Amino acid sequence: MENNYNESRNEQWRVELRNSISPKDRAAIERVEMPQLDPSYRITCNEEVNQGISEEQAVREATRCLDCNNPQCVTGCPVGIDIPKFIKNIERRQFADAAAALKETSSLPAVCGRVCPQEKQCESKCIRLKMKQPAVAIGYLERFAADWQRNSGTEETVKMAPKNGIKVAVIGSGPSGLSFAGDMAKKGFDVTVFEALHEIGGVLKYGIPEFRLPNAVVDHEIEGLRKMGVDFQKDILVGKTITYDDLHDMGFKGIFVGSGAGFPRFMNIPGENLKGVMSSNEYLTRINLMQAGRGGDTPVLQGETVAVVGGGNTAMDSTRTALRMGAKRVILVYRRGESEMPARLEEIGHAKEEGVELMTLHNPVEYTGDENGRVCTMKVQRMELGEPDASGRRSPVPVEGAIDEIPVDLVIVAVGVSPNELVPRSIEGLEVSRRGTIVVNDESMQSNISDLYAGGDIVRGGATVILAMGDGRKAAQNMAEQLLAK
Amino acid sequence: MNKIVSKEKFSENVTKLVVEAPLIAKARRAGHFVIVRCGEKGERIPLTIADSDVKAGTITLVIQAVGDSTRKICALEPGDSLTDVVGPLGQATKIKNYGTVVCCGGGVGVAPLLPIIRALKEAGNRVVSVLCGRTKDLIILEKEVRESSDDVIIMTDDGSYGKKGISTAGVEEVIQREKVDYCVTIGPAIMMKFVSLLTKKYEIPTEASLNAIMVDGTGMCGACRVTVGGRTRFVCVEGPEFDAHQIDFDELLMRLRG
Repeated sequence: MENNYNESRNEQWRVELRNSISPKDRAAIERVEMPQLDPSYRITCNEEVNQGISEEQAVREATRCLDCNNPQCVTGCPVGIDIPKFIKNIERRQFADAAAALKETSSLPAVCGRVCPQEKQCESKCIRLKMKQPAVAIGYLERFAADWQRNSGTEETVKMAPKNGIKVAVIGSGPSGLSFAGDMAKKGFDVTVFEALHEIGGVLKYGIPEFRLPNAVVDHEIEGLRKMGVDFQKDILVGKTITYDDLHDMGFKGIFVGSGAGFPRFMNIPGENLKGVMSSNEYLTRINLMQAGRGGDTPVLQGETVAVVGGGNTAMDSTRTALRMGAKRVILVYRRGESEMPARLEEIGHAKEEGVELMTLHNPVEYTGDENGRVCTMKVQRMELGEPDASGRRSPVPVEGAIDEIPVDLVIVAVGVSPNELVPRSIEGLEVSRRGTIVVNDESMQSNISDLYAGGDIVRGGATVILAMGDGRKAAQNMAEQLLAK
Repeated sequence: MNKIVSKEKFSENVTKLVVEAPLIAKARRAGHFVIVRCGEKGERIPLTIADSDVKAGTITLVIQAVGDSTRKICALEPGDSLTDVVGPLGQATKIKNYGTVVCCGGGVGVAPLLPIIRALKEAGNRVVSVLCGRTKDLIILEKEVRESSDDVIIMTDDGSYGKKGISTAGVEEVIQREKVDYCVTIGPAIMMKFVSLLTKKYEIPTEASLNAIMVDGTGMCGACRVTVGGRTRFVCVEGPEFDAHQIDFDELLMRLRG
């Protein structure tokens, strides 16, 4: 990317700061722990579980960063944040500068600081790991700087290129679209984001629960984009309300599709269409977006014994949401073992602390219902791990004859999503894979239609917020070059 | 925000609203639906589009008050606004010249049937419409349906208007007097089930438009899933119309019961 990490590293203040404390003394500091709400309290409410670190904790944690000569953390970041630059600004207590350093590359630092799997990205490359010590808590620090900025009430300083008068459209207001929109606005483009739902934010709003990512945090980041001149149009489904051709008639010279992977997968087992069996998308959308059970008009089924099927972050979000909705017993049913779960360790840990029971090496095979068609039991097949499959994880194999039946009154199916073909199907000539994802050039994110770029889950089929944002950023870089070269 | 331009009460619980929605008015075809929301905490409610006026930039919705959210929508007055209207959603009706088509609408289902009747008539079909309701007051849009139909049969459960009897009696009357090539039915799921059973007996291809429970209406939640031909389908993106003879109506009825 365009960042020059050495330039910031060689600034006078950075050199002085680096030399003010010896690497040995820095190495002696222990990693900060994230203050959390007590599990017994937090399941009674919707408050954010991770409370965020204090100024003192942040400065101390920032001091742990050795400000390496050849920082590897930045190579682990899909959007290429100048990580040492923002961390060292925290160390010298220039929190606004730290936040500004984040905003140079990330449109949503307060979001990423909360939901990125840092342990698999930036933090996994930290030099401290090679020293057999915990990595610098980059994610906590990112969140700290972004939260500090939001709570300070001061205006953010974002470097903006002069307006170039070129109109670009974004389809979908999730992480990839917002990231793209922010970058293009900074580059001087006139950006309009079209969203099908009545709220801006995509999966950040309908999917990720309040206790992990408060809506106020997302709204603040969106407000920031608005201030940068990004126009948001909700209730518009491109391909239905207006067409791809309409966008051209409206004067858009480039189009970015970040419409997400909204199609929930089911397992096609008997009884799956009973009442009380639903997708995690439905369950979480009703509660997060529609505020079911929290003052919204939308209803949601309640369950005393809730089974959640799956092992990813969405499955964890569903289990923990069910607890907060008043379930007495929540069971996570997963066909592999705990160590094979794709969810973040932190999420699995939080779920266990809150009382979620893990039923690993089990797979549902059938649901049965009562006389009203409401699910009442779930038959689960016991599994064992066999040979590794294409994903490198040992694949689950049924143990013959080992079927248990458990009483449940709500089942949340969280076994993944497929790309929502609604947008790609509406664009004639667009190359789409057999899986329904939009085919793009990996480097440029450009599709086979020259003015159409795409990123996030509509390209990847189901990934993370930060990978989607990385796609948006790459697409912005390349589309801007293409449009400005004309 | 979408302003209510005019309002007409068809009966105590059935209200027609003409709503500003210029983009939808332009893009919609027969069979499409919208999702509307009333109030900042409002539920997302799917409603089939009964009519549109491209010049005026409006769409017509007919709403039956069955729960809190639909009652709230029916209580809106001209000048008030719906908080959100998104669409047109779903697949448009497949319109072609089939020959003779029976269009059977029950209750408020006549509203979404009207644009289909018009389109089928325009495509050169002989259109026989069967309008059904529990009682006289619940027969809606009769004049508009007559304008685009070659013949209209009215059925009421209590015999207060038209003929006494249920939908299937009206449809069977047509089948017995003339060759019917195609049937479209929209109404309560139970009515569509029995119309479908009847036309299956006579081997008349039939489409039913389903009013499933939905949240987003764009394929995201899967609340609207229905079994068609043994396969789970999403009403919002693949429907709302399906081959009636393939629909598992019993499952649909079970899922619709609160």
